[in-house]
Formats: sequence, C-alpha cells, structure tokens
Amino acid sequence: MHAIQMRGITKRFGPVVANDHINFDLEQGEIHALLGENGAGKTTLMRILYGLYHADEGEIRVDGEVVHIASPKDAIRLGIGMVTQHFALVPTLSVAENVVLGYTDGFRVEPQAAQQRVAEAAARFGIEVDPAALVRHLSVGERQRVEILKALYRNARILILDEPTAVLVPQEVEVLFETLERLRQGGLSVIFISHKLYEVMTVCDRITVLRDGRVVGTVDKEATSQAELARMMVGRETFGVTRQDGRPQGPVLLRIENLSALDQKGLPALKEVTLEVRAGEILGVAGVSGNGQTELSHVLAGTLKPTEGRVLVGNEDLTGADPARISAAGVGRIPEDRHEGVIGELSVAENLALEYLDEFVKGGRLDHRRIRQHAERLIAEYQIKASPTDRTRTLSGGNMQKVILARALSRNPRVVIASQPTRGLDVGATEYVRSKLLEQRDRGAAVLLLSEDLDEVLALSDRIAVIYEGRIVDVLPASEADVEQLGLMMSGAREGTSARV
Amino acid sequence: MLGFKIERAAAPIWMRSLIPVIAILVTFILTATLVIMAGANPLEAYRYFLIAPLSSQVSALEVLVKSTPLLLTGASVAFAFAAGYWNIGSEGQLYAGAIAAAWLGIILEGVPSVVAIPLMLVGGFAAGVLWALPPALLKVKLAVDEVVTTLLLNSVILFIVSALLNGPWRDPVSGWPQSPEIAASTVFPRLIPRSRLHLGFIVALLTIAALWFILSRTALGLKMRAAGLGQEAARFAGVNVENTILTAALVSGGIAGLAGVGEVAGIHFHLIEAISPGYGYTGIIIATLGGLHAVGVGLAAIFIGLIDTGAQTVSRALGVPVYLGDVVQATLLLVTLGLFILQNYRIKRA
Repeated sequence: MHAIQMRGITKRFGPVVANDHINFDLEQGEIHALLGENGAGKTTLMRILYGLYHADEGEIRVDGEVVHIASPKDAIRLGIGMVTQHFALVPTLSVAENVVLGYTDGFRVEPQAAQQRVAEAAARFGIEVDPAALVRHLSVGERQRVEILKALYRNARILILDEPTAVLVPQEVEVLFETLERLRQGGLSVIFISHKLYEVMTVCDRITVLRDGRVVGTVDKEATSQAELARMMVGRETFGVTRQDGRPQGPVLLRIENLSALDQKGLPALKEVTLEVRAGEILGVAGVSGNGQTELSHVLAGTLKPTEGRVLVGNEDLTGADPARISAAGVGRIPEDRHEGVIGELSVAENLALEYLDEFVKGGRLDHRRIRQHAERLIAEYQIKASPTDRTRTLSGGNMQKVILARALSRNPRVVIASQPTRGLDVGATEYVRSKLLEQRDRGAAVLLLSEDLDEVLALSDRIAVIYEGRIVDVLPASEADVEQLGLMMSGAREGTSARV
Repeated sequence: MLGFKIERAAAPIWMRSLIPVIAILVTFILTATLVIMAGANPLEAYRYFLIAPLSSQVSALEVLVKSTPLLLTGASVAFAFAAGYWNIGSEGQLYAGAIAAAWLGIILEGVPSVVAIPLMLVGGFAAGVLWALPPALLKVKLAVDEVVTTLLLNSVILFIVSALLNGPWRDPVSGWPQSPEIAASTVFPRLIPRSRLHLGFIVALLTIAALWFILSRTALGLKMRAAGLGQEAARFAGVNVENTILTAALVSGGIAGLAGVGEVAGIHFHLIEAISPGYGYTGIIIATLGGLHAVGVGLAAIFIGLIDTGAQTVSRALGVPVYLGDVVQATLLLVTLGLFILQNYRIKRA
C-alpha cells in the first residue's frame, strides 16, 4: 500500500531544474531515506509534497488518490507533517501551547485542558517531553521532539524530516532513532532526508538516491552497502582532468594548527583542524556542506575567533587577527557568500577600494580619481562587465564574483582562501574563476580551496583534505583520490587511512 | 491569478529623484480630507501652508529661523543613520547641548564674544557627545539595541532639565522654572537686523556642508556607509565596524547638541523645559525625507520649517488647528517611507 506516490515531478527555478521528472513512492509504515548531496533536489521535492513549492509538472497521490497540495494547510489536512531544520516554535510559550497553536477549536484556549491533551498525545506516541515546560528552556533535541509531536497531534500519518540529525548531538540522534522506530511500528510512514550514509543505513528501510535533480535509484537497505550508496550519490565515472604531478613544492605558507571554533549556535563546529598549504599548491577541502567549512573560512578570513589553535601565514601568527590585519599580511580572501564580500549599495569602485582604503586617502580626503583608476584597471584586467560607478548589486553573480576576485587577487597574495568560489555561477564564469585560482598557484601562492563541489576539488587540487563534522578525516594526494573513497569519507562512513584515532 | 505579478526591481534614477515630489503630492491629497473636515478649503489652506510664508521677507526669514534647529537635528540623524546606527536620541542630545549652553552662558560672563561663542559651540557639541556615549558604547560593546536606549534617554534628560529648572537653576528674578538669562557676550549675533535669524543658521549650513564632505569625500564616510549598508561585508573587507559606528554615533550626538546651543543662545537666551517641540524627532523625518544625503536633508529641513511656519499662518487665517502641521509632517514621513519600499518593486503583467 503506497502512502505517497509522486510521479514525474519537475520543478524549475529559472534555468535551473531542481527536480527532473522524479518518481518517488513511500510505503505505509516504512522509513524511507532521500539521500543525496547538497543541491541534489531532496528538500525541493519535499517542499513540493508539503505545499511550500508547486511542481511545474507531475502528480501526487496520497493513498492512491490524486491530490492537489496548494499549501501546507492542504498537506496537514492530508495527514502530512514536516519538521524542518529551522523549528517553527515560539520560545516563550510552553510545549503544550506550541503544540496546540493554530490547531484549537473556537476562540478560547484552556491551558489546563490543552496540557492534558498534549500530555496524553505525548504518552500515546511515546515522545518524552514535559508539556508544561517553556520551549526556550529546551535543548535542540527536545525542541525537535516538540515539532514531531506537533505534527502527530495534527494527525500526521506521514512525517517528513529534513536533515533531522544536522542539529543534534550524537546522544540526541540515538533518542530520535528510537522514537522513529517506535512510531514506525505504530504505523507512521517517514521520509528521512539526509546525506549521511551511516544514518540512512541505520534507521531506514529503503533509500532513494537523488543526484542533480534526478533519481539515481531506489534500493532496499538489505540489498545495498554504504559503498554502493556513496557511488550512487557522488556517481561520477571520469573527470578528464590532466594533472601535472611532481611540480616543485615551495615552503609552507599557511599553517593551521589544532584549530577549533564554535558555530553561531555556540556548538563546536571545527575540531582540532590541522592543515598545511605550501607555496605553489592548491589544497582542496572536500565535504558536504555544514561540516565546518563555513567556520573554517570565517576563522581564516578574520570574521570568527577560534576557541583554540593557531593560524600562521609564513612566520606571522594571525590567530584571532581581524580582517584588516589578515589582508595586510598578504592573504587574499574569497568569501563563501558573495554578499559577505561586497556591499550591493556601494559602487564597484568603492567596493574594490574598501579593503585598501588607507592607500586612497590624500590629505585627509578620499582620492576619488585614484579610486576610479584603480577600478578601471581591475575591471579591464578581470573582464568585469560593469563601470566603476555601477552599484554592485546590479551586477550578475559572475561579475560580482569577479569584483571579489579582483580585490582578493590583484595584490598577489601569498595565501589565497577561496570558499565555494564558483557556487551559483554559470559555466563561463566558473571556468574563469578556476583559471584564476590555477594562475595564483602557478605564481607561487598557497591556495586553500573549500568547496562542496567534488568535481571542482578534484579538478583543481594538488592535495585533497576531507572534512566531516568539523574534523579533517584525511589528507591525500589528488592522484590517489578516488571518488568512492572520498564519498565515503565525506559521509562519515570511513575513517581516513592516516586519520587520528 | 490576478494577471499581474510583483517582482523586485530597482526604480530608474529619474523616478528616485521624483520621490520627494510624489510624496508631497500624495500627502496633500491624503490630508485634504482633514482640512475639509476642519471646515476649510484645501487649496486655500495649502496656499497659506506653502506660499504665504514666503510672500513677505519677515515670514520668509522666520522659515529659516524654524529651519535652523531642524537642519542640525536632520544632519545629526542622517549622520548616525548613514552608518546604520539608529539614533532616536537627537532630541535628548539637543537638550544636553542646551544645558551646556545655559551653563556656559552664565559662567562666561565678561569673556569677549569671539572667545565665548566658539566655547559655547564646543561645549554644546561635547555635551551632545557625552549624552550619546552610553547608548553608543552599549551598542558597540554589548549589542544593546540603540533604538531603545537612545529613545529612553530622551525622557531621562527631560527630567534632568526639569530638576535643574525647578531646583538650583530657577530664575531668581522671575521665579519661573527657567535658567537665568545668559550673558550678552554669549548671545549669538543676528544675521539680519530686526529678524530672529541668528548665527546658528550659519552653523547649521556649515554642518550640512560638513555632512556632505564627510559622507562622500572621506575614508570615514565610506566606512560609515559600508558599515550601514552591509555590516558583514564591511567587516570582511577590514573596516573596523565598531569604531566606525561609535564615531558616527558620537558625532551625531554632538551635532544635535549644537542645535540646543542655537536655541539657547540665538532664540530663548535661557534654558526652558520646552526648548524643543520635538526637533530631534522631526530630525528623523528630515533625514529620511532627505534620503540621508546632505542636500536632501538641507532641503527637507527647510521644507519642514516652511510647513511649521505655514501651520501657524493657516490656523490664524482659516481657524484650523495648528496640529494640522504635525499631521502633514507625520503623513509625509509615512508616505515617503512607503515610497522608499515601493520603489524596489515593479508590477508586471504575468
């Protein structure tokens, strides 16, 4: 018996096809994983099922009936509940109030009765929460349980969990898995979005793998292995990269020692990362997003203070230095998010000058002529399609990235930190950015490339480090890296050969 | 579904520069209803509002007198807002400047004007800076919301003024809650005989010029705009965002302090509780109307000065309440803010 059947679902965002004729079945009482890299289309598909997006093509059946899901309201009415990574809870209200919120009859809410009903529901579903507790006093794991209870209280028979373990500590993951197993035995059907292989193999019955918006295949847990899933998920046969091995290696220019840092929520995101990048090499850091790359790039850019460890550029200790000092030390930085790097409302010329403002001051005032000349020179050199006075936000993504590139690279930095340098760019701009990074390497810079695009890491790097849950799993020469092995390490399924134990 | 869709797209430049004009037109259309309800002919009312004050030299100069504190508070607010620091406390910082001026005006008795008047200005500026300091530090060090702290400090200083005037500073001659008259040498000279236009107007114009120069011609100005428009990106590019915001907040307070000095030394000659009918708050309207640009702030301040003067003319001539001027100002702010948001969208046939 199929709880859900999705047939030929297609969703486009402009020129990007996020879901390309996807077929997906969910059986009654199974836990079914949607596995794939970031951007494979998992969340888009589930947002369509929950009525947050509307498919351009395709049909959805719930219990065999064709349905039209225009909004989450429709989805809830059909017994579909979704728990996203960002919880929709009111911190100052109690658990019971949060659960009944928007699902009460009539005008009056009787706190006692609501608490009673929520307590009953919690007991019935075996979810351990205190209905009287205020949500703001709860841990992340407990809040997630409240979200699940909220969905079940609304009579959900089908529960969508979007990367539910991403926010949890390991012990909470255990509890979540036990809860899910119990609910499954009670007849609940669960869709479990994840990119972590071992989790999927632990908790799920069947696994559907998505890649680039298409279904690669659906397999039973019993009939597959982590290695096969990794291959399906990453799934590339050849790369066509010609690599010149044995190029001369220079001295270590960037040294990262035992670096640890916290994420925005104050949880450890980087754990004792140690890396060395030599002059004239690109060290690629591969990993699924959210495994500490953001924090690593922020620490190296000077916008996040590490809790432990050291960062050295040449012999200069830049641990905890501010961005101005890091820039002055000869570090060219390309931020993960372009809007972290340029200010849309300022002109191209102003953005290009901002990092080196002291050089454009003459007698206490800005030398607008030199700022303009500087911009004109970089616009020509980096083929930016813009004039110096254009507001930067009117530029295309590719041209905006070239502005950042020009600012970061024009001073021939000793060290280049490039985070997701081609994310969201078209083919031409991507090629351009990559060629510039190779140019920096050939010039003798030490380049640290953080990318979620495994192709990119493989195409550019001389050595590859794999990061998983804030730790470096392994560092290996690019010539020895194979996709399956990298995929397994990125998914936490395999320890690196030389990793610390 | 309606055959139209709204999408994000910036309005062309010519439309942006028309925004103040459109805002004024829309405001007058909206407030016309109120004028009619007050029993007056809207067209006639607006003639008194906008044209009558300019028809004689005396009342035209009075417009500039009204504009003087508004130019300063407008510049004060614009300076802070440009750096993304939402200083709602220009009103209180104005009072700080006024307290300093009332005090200096007494103790500088006998000091020649060439020395005393610059000291009044420096003292008033410093007092504004001082009153702006606590919220600015709280913002930069502890990320305390400056909107709340600057706003609340406005009430605090009003109580301080009240305590001073009903206590140690009460005028011994009249017994009124007002400070003793300041020394003649500290009074701002008149610019034009037989008008109330005083030196403060020149100070205000110079301040507007300085606002323009700093924002568009100095490294500090670029850093301020960068911090205001994109704090994260500014920090990434090496701008010391905290110091920049602190500087903007303090200078903003100092400029508001100058407005207080002007009112004491140019108009009232002593400190009274009602020295500002909300110039600091009106400064927010002016800075917003002027798009945080010096020229815009200058024009907006004079325009509001015109409406303020006109409100009295219109109420005398047509018997409508003086508050109509306030209503027009408030409506103008709301309409302008609305237009600033709307200009980022366009309606397209789907």
